Amino acid sequence: MPDIKTEEMLLNMGPQHPSTHGVFRVVVRTDGEMVLETESHIGYLHRCFEKVAENNNYLQVVPYTDRMDYLCAMANNLGYAQTVEKLMQLQVPERAEHIRVIVTELNRIASHLMAFGTYGMDIGAMTPFLYAFRDREMILKIFEKLCGQRLNYSYVRIGGVTFDITDEIVADIARFCEYFEPSIIKEYNDLLSYNGIFISRTANVGVLPVELAISYGVTGPSLRGSGLKRDLRKDEPSSIYDRFEFDVPVGTGEMGTIGDCWDRYMVRIREMTESVKIIRQALDALPPGEFCDKKAFRGVKPPKGEVYHKVEGARGEVGFYLVSDGTNKPYRVKARGPSFSNISVLDALTSRGDCMVADMVAIIGSLDIVMGEVDR
Amino acid sequence: MGLERAEIHEIVKTKFPDAVLEDAAEAVDPYIVVRPEVVEDLAFFVRDEPRLRFDLLSAITGVDYPDKKVIEVIYCLDSTVHKHWLIVKVPLPRDNPRVASVEKVWKTADWHERETFDLLGVTFEGHHNLVRILCAEDWEGHPLRRDYVMPESYRGIKNVVY
Amino acid sequence: MTRPRNTAILASACIALSVLGPALWAQEAAGTAPTAAPGAAQDGSAVGGIVQSGAVPAPAAEPAPPTAADLAKRYGTIPEQGGLYLQAGFYQLVDALGLAVTLPEWLVVLVALLVVCLLVFGFINVFALFAVWLERKVSAHIQCRLGPMEVGPHGLLQTIADGIKLTAKEDIIPRLADRPLYILAPILVFTGVLIRFVPLPFGQHLVASDLDLGLFFVAAVGTVEVIGVIMAGWSSNNKWSLFGTIRTATQMVSYEIPIGFAFVAVIACAGSFSLQDIVNQQRGWFWNWYVLVNPFLTILSIVYLTASLAECKRAPFDLPEAESELVSGFHTEYTGMRFGLFFLSEYAAMYLVSAVAVVIFFGGWWSGIRPLDDIGMSPGSPPAAAIAGFLLKAAVFVTKAVVLVFVQVWVRWTLPRVRLDQMMHLCWKVLLPISLVCLVGSTLWQMASGGAGLYGIPALLGLGS
Repeated sequence: MPDIKTEEMLLNMGPQHPSTHGVFRVVVRTDGEMVLETESHIGYLHRCFEKVAENNNYLQVVPYTDRMDYLCAMANNLGYAQTVEKLMQLQVPERAEHIRVIVTELNRIASHLMAFGTYGMDIGAMTPFLYAFRDREMILKIFEKLCGQRLNYSYVRIGGVTFDITDEIVADIARFCEYFEPSIIKEYNDLLSYNGIFISRTANVGVLPVELAISYGVTGPSLRGSGLKRDLRKDEPSSIYDRFEFDVPVGTGEMGTIGDCWDRYMVRIREMTESVKIIRQALDALPPGEFCDKKAFRGVKPPKGEVYHKVEGARGEVGFYLVSDGTNKPYRVKARGPSFSNISVLDALTSRGDCMVADMVAIIGSLDIVMGEVDR
Repeated sequence: MGLERAEIHEIVKTKFPDAVLEDAAEAVDPYIVVRPEVVEDLAFFVRDEPRLRFDLLSAITGVDYPDKKVIEVIYCLDSTVHKHWLIVKVPLPRDNPRVASVEKVWKTADWHERETFDLLGVTFEGHHNLVRILCAEDWEGHPLRRDYVMPESYRGIKNVVY
Repeated sequence: MTRPRNTAILASACIALSVLGPALWAQEAAGTAPTAAPGAAQDGSAVGGIVQSGAVPAPAAEPAPPTAADLAKRYGTIPEQGGLYLQAGFYQLVDALGLAVTLPEWLVVLVALLVVCLLVFGFINVFALFAVWLERKVSAHIQCRLGPMEVGPHGLLQTIADGIKLTAKEDIIPRLADRPLYILAPILVFTGVLIRFVPLPFGQHLVASDLDLGLFFVAAVGTVEVIGVIMAGWSSNNKWSLFGTIRTATQMVSYEIPIGFAFVAVIACAGSFSLQDIVNQQRGWFWNWYVLVNPFLTILSIVYLTASLAECKRAPFDLPEAESELVSGFHTEYTGMRFGLFFLSEYAAMYLVSAVAVVIFFGGWWSGIRPLDDIGMSPGSPPAAAIAGFLLKAAVFVTKAVVLVFVQVWVRWTLPRVRLDQMMHLCWKVLLPISLVCLVGSTLWQMASGGAGLYGIPALLGLGS
């Protein structure tokens, strides 16, 4: 039978797969275990957010922004709210700014915990997943007390935040910070980060050179893992981030090559420590006062114009391009999800000829994507 | 911090004197409007010019203005070196929106241009694989256009409006 | 639907026989106290002769009906020490009931074999029940949660519920799957594991059939399992299963080599392939256990435990069934009781490799404390002491094996998974050279030291053996 090919295999890591982090399809051409080429297909979670936003008024768009990156919804809300406020030149009360910073950083910790847990599971260690969720549960309980929701908060809105933060919640957050840092992070490092098998699975795997990363538009911890110290909270500080002291961890090639999966993973672990620092400073500096601009909450009619604004979400730079025609409905909202660009680099990373099928799983996990913001 | 937006616009205007149609440096978020013909040269210029160094393409998007009969393609650029920004807008005729692809300049333009083609129908010349990315490959129509009407059915699945 | 009913009948038969078995042996223990001869004296020679035992066919058919001893001599092995093997015990029972005259010989033998087989099968089933519960509870407590608590006290009956669920599931065979191979694969895998239980002791004299080539048999027959796994992956007509199969074939075949070297080193120490003899060589205080006899064997025990994790396809070597990469590897397409057979054979294999490790390294059924081991072993001891000693030894053996199974479960839920090339590197470039060096070193040490335990230290200190 002359036309049976025995060398290459075409494998479909289909939309449903335990480790593709959502509905994401990769068609892989392999030679045994070595990957020759991959082709990514997205769009399985496209929910036409941008078209829907054109038919709803500015307040009604806020819940849709939650559901883009549903694991770090506060950052999406923050990005959208700040975009509209930038166009309207609206001043947000001080207390609201502090609350926004606190909840965004808490959400960042929750998102990185999820990334840490699922990455361990992809590599084969089932236990860190449960440990991460044990701690994530504490954050979600705080959010539930705060705004009634565990995942899609719609808490940060144009003009401020929806509910005030009570003393009880402040005490809860302080207790969480006390519990989490440094002992729990040390536990994660002992359990997974410095485990020999984990290092051999992730070090020198999926090395992303920094020029390639910038060319592919990779941002967030994936870009910082390649050594570039770029963080929108320091480079383009919106809100009050410039008042807080924190460090921006970057990958240093400690265990292998700079820009490998271990570096990207470790950046996330270290970022959790920095987020706790910011939360502690914000809690100390929390001023009394209004938590929202009540007029803006009733309805918003920005003047005619266009604006583009970015914030640092857990996965990268969440950008919103807003075109307003003076009515109470936006003319056009374009949302830039960081995972859209982050995942586009997968095809480049796997076609270099040194990637195995098991490595592909490690790379996808280290890029930490959420299909909600890839497809919107 | 890098240059001010007005200075960046001046540098671009000096290099491409007839191509810049509008320089809105006073707007809330400053932008320049250029002709479609110079897009590729402009892209190489802003990426490689040492004072500008716009190496990060944040997004390519498009806006449909049926009353003005243009589709505007918008490039949002960022510089990791100098930490300044630039927004470039390119108006295209609505009945035949074509512009050169900047895929060779920034690799991320690959997927962003596919998305703009998919949702708005803008053709990027020189793109190596301009197929739909978010909608299904055999979808008809470009959903983000203002005059888009949902089809009655797609492969036998009827369009139900509640 | 006959399938659940048949399975239920089989299961209850197994449980009944598993209860009947010890009663049978207890009666035998009361009837025939085991004779005195203690285990063969500490043998210092490096490579002794293979112990010859029984299996010589009786002379031409005698007119008188065969006695139990004749039957056992013909079809089983009677050790020089005397005592009860399962088959021999059955013949003695038949003899005692006076049925040897009336029943044809082939029937007696056949029933004996069936009973023994069902007893072992029953043990595996009950152990698998226990092992699944153990794994779920241990993994839960490692992960800060409780595990099954609803079904039965602390979830003890959860596995029975799972078993009933599995038998009631719809039996789906993919349309394009290779039907004969698909159906045969789980049977082969389970059979491969079950057969390896034949020479495996459960306590002193508690063995289905003490083969002369016991250890060799265990190692050799294990390859049937590999064939079964390859058939499962290939016949599923699923590229992901095929991936799992390819990984399995390389993994299981590669790791049999360090295991083989560990076996050879122990055989060289003990002078026999027979598992009973190997354990009897380790009688005495705990420093006679082969793991403590010389440092090379200590290293080899670690090599063996690592390689046996790979043989059982357990984490960190669970590439064949890597849940997050291959959905379920080679048994993705299997449902219901077919999957149940794979599941069962995995836990049976875990027990098997742990029990073999206990036999060859950790002293078998000897508790390591000399006075305890001598209960019921002297010629004039009362039947109660004999029974107590017998039960103690069985309990010690099974407990040691269960501790090793617990360690396997513990390791699984702690460590991540290795990649295929790293696994091969570990086997061929790390474990194989180590086991070669340890084999040579262990043999030389034994020749030089005369077989003293715990690296020779107690002997130097004048402590007993």
